[in-house]
Amino acid sequence: MPTTDHTLDEILNLAAAHFKVPREKLTADDDFFKTLGIDSLQALDLLTRLEQHFRIELPDYELQGVSDFRTLAQRIQARL
Amino acid sequence: MSEHKGQTLSWQIVNGAIELTLHREACNEIGSLTLEELESFVRALPELARNAHALILHSAQAAGFSAGADLRELYKRAQGMQKAEALRGVRDFLERIHAVMNTIDALPITTIAAVHGVTFGGGFELALACDIMIADRMARFCFPELRLGLIPGFGGIPRLKRDLGNAVVRDLLLTGRSFNVMKAQQIGLVSQIAAEGEALRVARATASQVGKFDRATAAAAKKFIKPIPYEELKREIDIFCDLYARPAVEEGLRKFVENEGPQPYLP
Repeated sequence: MPTTDHTLDEILNLAAAHFKVPREKLTADDDFFKTLGIDSLQALDLLTRLEQHFRIELPDYELQGVSDFRTLAQRIQARL
Repeated sequence: MSEHKGQTLSWQIVNGAIELTLHREACNEIGSLTLEELESFVRALPELARNAHALILHSAQAAGFSAGADLRELYKRAQGMQKAEALRGVRDFLERIHAVMNTIDALPITTIAAVHGVTFGGGFELALACDIMIADRMARFCFPELRLGLIPGFGGIPRLKRDLGNAVVRDLLLTGRSFNVMKAQQIGLVSQIAAEGEALRVARATASQVGKFDRATAAAAKKFIKPIPYEELKREIDIFCDLYARPAVEEGLRKFVENEGPQPYLP
């Protein structure tokens, strides 16, 4: 099973590619709403892409209060 | 009129299928103008359906099929109104939208919802009124009404119960969570999954297929297969109105409307 760091890396790569943000500008503790410049509708779009990428189902209430990539990776890791 | 361009939606007949295109920015929120234009559409339907074998509903907005009821309009209208007057307005809106949904639900031609992106609340309910749902990979579904102290009010619960097992309906409604297209297909809501951006194309191909069959036979089969839960639909309006009268709902709506953060659509 991949490590949480590996999962985090995949999340950052996917987010950078989809929202066309330079990968080097994203770090684990960034607020993804601010860094990616997205709102909640776009966050749902990201959630869908992450679910498909990791082949998991991640209820959006699991993201309550989550706004950084590191915690997002932990939530996803818990479903792998 | 075989074609019409409105402010929130338009329709035309393409290769024997009526195409209803929702195009209100940002995500086809269903407020009073959309309701009026949907009512115009259903008035035109008998004539349109004479020359068509299918109806396809789809959205031209990138964000999705529809984010549901226009909560901002609902909240703002209620401000400055006496509670009883606001409640009468809500009941009137619900009865009118139910009439639209029921007409689409009972249409003798095959109806197809081609959805993508956000398909929430009232938007999800509009898709559920159709016979077949085709969704692209990025479609996401949700009944978030419990987050506001309400239940779905556009006919969603009776239609979900018609299509799904009760355990699944309980999960979706009581958690208010959004779910993706894989889950939607797994539970039997979505008939076909299309690549991103391809739901309309797949819907057109499906409409072309259903157009090969005798219309009267298809209409008879549909009427036999698809009961319309009229009594439950009326009961849903009553329950919604009872809940709407509670202070918690006004507070929930206020929080949603006044939320300036990036997360109003997240739980």
